Amino acid sequence: MTEIIVVTSGKGGVGKTTTSASLSCGLARRGKKVAVIDFDIGLRNLDLIMGCERRVVYDFVNVIQGDCTLKQALIKDKRIETLFVLAASQTRDKDALSSEGVRRVLDELTAEGFDYVICDSPAGIEKGAHLAMYFADRAVVVVNPEVSSVRDSDRILGLLASKTQRAEQGNGGVKEHLLLTRYSPKRVATGEMMSVTDVKDILGLDVIGVVPESTDVLSASNAGVPVILNQESDASRAYDDAVARLLGESLPLRFVDEPKKGFFTRMFGG
Amino acid sequence: MGLLALFRRNPPTANVAKERLRIIVAQERSARGGPDYLPLLRRELLEVIKKYVNVDPEAVQVNLEREDGHEVLELSVALPGGKRI
Repeated sequence: MTEIIVVTSGKGGVGKTTTSASLSCGLARRGKKVAVIDFDIGLRNLDLIMGCERRVVYDFVNVIQGDCTLKQALIKDKRIETLFVLAASQTRDKDALSSEGVRRVLDELTAEGFDYVICDSPAGIEKGAHLAMYFADRAVVVVNPEVSSVRDSDRILGLLASKTQRAEQGNGGVKEHLLLTRYSPKRVATGEMMSVTDVKDILGLDVIGVVPESTDVLSASNAGVPVILNQESDASRAYDDAVARLLGESLPLRFVDEPKKGFFTRMFGG
Repeated sequence: MGLLALFRRNPPTANVAKERLRIIVAQERSARGGPDYLPLLRRELLEVIKKYVNVDPEAVQVNLEREDGHEVLELSVALPGGKRI
């Protein structure tokens, strides 16, 4: 049984690709066979975050247009045996992505025995974003604790509830989860940033993960190694918890409270 | 955080964000799935009302309520004198 998960947000720059890369690595590391697809036609980036940008020969649109087979276009990850990347097309027009084509690719991945297909949605609510969510069984809505991101997420939730195959067929709809990124417990403590509970109350969804603001995220994308693979990082642990929750484990949220500081740290920085 | 930073905190604005979002999200959710003509209807009604009474653009509320089997278009206009029609 293949589960299709869309990683979406509406707003750009909130961490969709970072999240797609880390969740797919995390699932594959736990033995699942995973394909992660970049739906951002014209603005390919997942390959960079995954560190396979120099191995892209064929892309998603090539497969859809029959220029190559799906097998030829899937890039096998060098770190994790069961992980495959399908890159977005860089040059062709956005109309190259058709609903029928996307369905065919997803059906073929299902037939190939993939456990999970992660669809990395582009920002916005245009065709690419629509097709990324259309066939999904579940959605991970990435949100920053910030007004425009929260509002856009709500718009996306509206689309998930109406413009998806599951919504149209009326069989329970897409299961939705929230994933907060760039979370700063310190700023939440001083009342400068909305808390997990605030965002959860406004959007009315369960939270599958809270990833703290971390310098490791930039280092990870610089290096082309998904941040979940940096075992030293809190962001990595937070993503791994999210993966466990996706797989049905129930874990308490970590990294949501400010670590207690001693007197000297507070006075002299740290 | 150094010593100086203790005296130079950003104001706590998270509650403001939360309240603003609560209102706008509720408003946008109620409009969701409704017919596309509602905003235009609201604007044209406002124009007509303005011919007679000088009302605030915020004063005209058009809502579509769904009750079992039928829909109710609810129109509420707050008049400047505090009266409502």
